[in-house]
Amino acid sequence: MSEAHGGYYVPHESHWPIVAAIGLFVTMAGFASLLNGAGFGSTLMMVGGALLVLMFFGWFGAVIRENQQGVYHEREDMSFRWGMGWFIFSEVMFFAAFFGALFYARVLSVPWLAGAGTEEWTGRLLWEGFAATWPTNGPGNIGGEYEAMPAWGIPAINTLILLSSGVTVTWAHWGIKKQNRKQQVLGLLATVVLGVVFLLLQGFEYAEAYKHMNLTLETGIYGSTFYMLTGFHGAHVTLGAIMLTVMLFRAMAGHFTPHNHFAFEGAAWYWHFVDVVWLGLFIFVYWL
Amino acid sequence: MSEAVGHEHHGPPSGLLRWVFTTNHKDIGTLYLVTSFLMFLIGGVMALLIRSELFQPGLQLVDPHFFNQMTTMHGLIMIFGAIMPAFVGLANWQVPLMVGAPDMALPRMNNLSFWILPFAFLLLVSTLFVSGGAPASGWTIYPPLVLQTGDAFPLLILSIHLMGLSSIMGAINIIATILNLRAPGMTLMKMPLFVWTWLITAFLLIAVMPVLAGAVTMLLTDKFFGTSFFNPAGGGDPVLYQHIFWFFGHPEVYIMILPAFGIISQILPTFSRKPLFGYTSMVYATASIAFLSFIVWAHHMFTVGMPLAGELFFMYATMLIAVPTGVKVFNWVATMWRGSLTFETPMLFAIAFVVLFTIGGFSGLMLAIVPADFQYHDTYFVVAHFHYVLVPGALFAIIGAVYYWLPKWTGHMYDEKLGQWHFWLSTIFVNVLFFPQHFVGLAGMPRRIPDYALQFTEWNQVSTVGAFGFGFSQLLFGYIVWKAIRGGQQAQDRVWEGADGLEWEVPSPAPYHTFETAPEVK
Ligand code: HEM
Ligand SMILES: [Cu+2]
Repeated sequence: MSEAHGGYYVPHESHWPIVAAIGLFVTMAGFASLLNGAGFGSTLMMVGGALLVLMFFGWFGAVIRENQQGVYHEREDMSFRWGMGWFIFSEVMFFAAFFGALFYARVLSVPWLAGAGTEEWTGRLLWEGFAATWPTNGPGNIGGEYEAMPAWGIPAINTLILLSSGVTVTWAHWGIKKQNRKQQVLGLLATVVLGVVFLLLQGFEYAEAYKHMNLTLETGIYGSTFYMLTGFHGAHVTLGAIMLTVMLFRAMAGHFTPHNHFAFEGAAWYWHFVDVVWLGLFIFVYWL
Repeated sequence: MSEAVGHEHHGPPSGLLRWVFTTNHKDIGTLYLVTSFLMFLIGGVMALLIRSELFQPGLQLVDPHFFNQMTTMHGLIMIFGAIMPAFVGLANWQVPLMVGAPDMALPRMNNLSFWILPFAFLLLVSTLFVSGGAPASGWTIYPPLVLQTGDAFPLLILSIHLMGLSSIMGAINIIATILNLRAPGMTLMKMPLFVWTWLITAFLLIAVMPVLAGAVTMLLTDKFFGTSFFNPAGGGDPVLYQHIFWFFGHPEVYIMILPAFGIISQILPTFSRKPLFGYTSMVYATASIAFLSFIVWAHHMFTVGMPLAGELFFMYATMLIAVPTGVKVFNWVATMWRGSLTFETPMLFAIAFVVLFTIGGFSGLMLAIVPADFQYHDTYFVVAHFHYVLVPGALFAIIGAVYYWLPKWTGHMYDEKLGQWHFWLSTIFVNVLFFPQHFVGLAGMPRRIPDYALQFTEWNQVSTVGAFGFGFSQLLFGYIVWKAIRGGQQAQDRVWEGADGLEWEVPSPAPYHTFETAPEVK
């Protein structure tokens, strides 16, 4: 395929990055047009999305083939590890922004609106009668009366589901180390199924909230933080589940050896990260 | 598969598509640098429009809404389009050469990091032509003002997402290269300072670009999906945006200066013919600056209404940054002390950096003092401050770096005489341009306003003259680089007599694939 430089594999010329860049551009241009009310926006987004899917198959397919041909060694493996690790760190910081917004609202801006600290006149003159509570849709009652989402129903079940999926994915990892194909496949299958069940329950919860509780994205700061945090988390669960599904097929194809299975580990790291974010959500969005 | 290239294939492929499909760090570095220069010219035209309008009080050239579009786009383009890509381009060229790596650690992703950018800039610049015009809220895009933007709004937000994606991938690549692909013997504490500063910068990028992505996502949902992040009636707060933005924004300004510190720390020892004074303290100073940059963000918000404890904390924390910065300036001066100095163009730009960046640092310190900032905030004094750190600061370091390494890249010496002209024109005009802005700022002239009171006229005229002088001098820079690419005196391997480091051990121009076998570092 290509050549090794000083023992390090440097691929020559790849057309997948430009496909990715164009796919991203078309998707973004489509989304912007859609938001500006242009009908062709959604078509553009679909074209862009299709390009991106094609790109993922092509790009990652090329990497998998290279791996199968044995061009990767410890050094390349280490680059992938650093890459994935720092990517996950960037994701942590993305969630940090939304958690920051949640804490800021709960600890500072909502009490200030009700006149806490030196803001007494803000409260009295602008928002007479507003008391700081959480959850809240603000002094303007934005989105109308609503019910808050209790922690001890679906969310608690979902916590159990995600935590157990962390166990099953580790069990699958042991299967790789022991070269037990059946354990790998079963472990991954269980993890993916748990992930899908989580997503279904989350979807059900959203439907309940919209239909019966009038808790929507527009329910003031509570609705905003609730849906943006759980929504982005759900998107990440989806991504993680897709990664693990790919790993499932690769496990079935017998790709993983005890010393060469970073793709699996990367997906597992990602899954654990999604898990930890959920714990934060469960505690600060649902429970406290 | 396009990857299927024969084993004997070593030089660059020919044709335009080479640049589209390339995974070579040198090609990608060149792409970044060329793009950066183009964006610099576009942003520069906007700056000249701003300065033309401000040549006289009253409204003459452009209407105020367009003026605001210009200040906004100028800021966004210069930061995300000119300065940041230039540093990434330099990292692409130099980091593998300086650590003895065969290429960047993740070469395909490297291509993607670059190629996202032209599309992102296309989205950004296209806002000039949509209904409602370009964003006009200032580059900081504060709500609620920015939520009044017309069709440009989603284009703006999504282009920021793309630029952030590119920065994050670029930074991951740089970190992986530095941590994983160093030549045997190149321990962390033997790394050249340019590599050290980029390592820390890359960390900052990965830490804060996603936060910016979060902030602009909240803007997008507030505008289109009914969320209340920045709407008090719903329990949100526009000030929340400022906190999140500046949590990104202050580290961002260090993202634009730490690699510059690294460049200066390469150039000064070379032309002083002495090793860098205080290498270890330089590394620790850089790390402390990076750490502190996370806990000073609200110095941009002193007048917004913050609890007193907040004002005090952010004031003292900000002033603390002067300590490691002072260490650096001291070390640079001590490096030159009793050296056998010569003044080739890169050295001139480096010395100018030390002097003029320090002026910007001092005005920063003045701004850090809360009661003083109440007066200075949103005046031209702030504009003078950040232009001193960014133009004779970051930009001069970039220009110095290009002169310093150009012979290594092209194999030709640039025209030294023209380089000296470029330096003196730039240095004189940059001060004519920005120094008077201190005066009008202290006297109370607000920023981002197309009109001003009569008493500010003279200094604004001086400033505009400086702007045109500085702007046109940069065309000379483009010409000098072009000339060196086309030909010129053959450069030696160790281009500069006092140069030290792996990049000077390889031929000039550096072969398309350098360090196919890793060099040994003693
Ligand atoms: C000694 C170090 C520094 C200190 C103490 C400092 C302090 C400050 C303060 C207090 C402000 C806010 C002024 C206001 O809006 O009222 C400010 C603004 C700014 N500084 Fe610095 N600064 C320092 C270095 C830098 C560096 C190295 C850069 C960039 C390379 C930079 C770029 C900026 C920018 C872009 C703004 C204005 C942002 C805006 O409002 O548009 N500063 N600085
Ligand atoms: Cu700052």
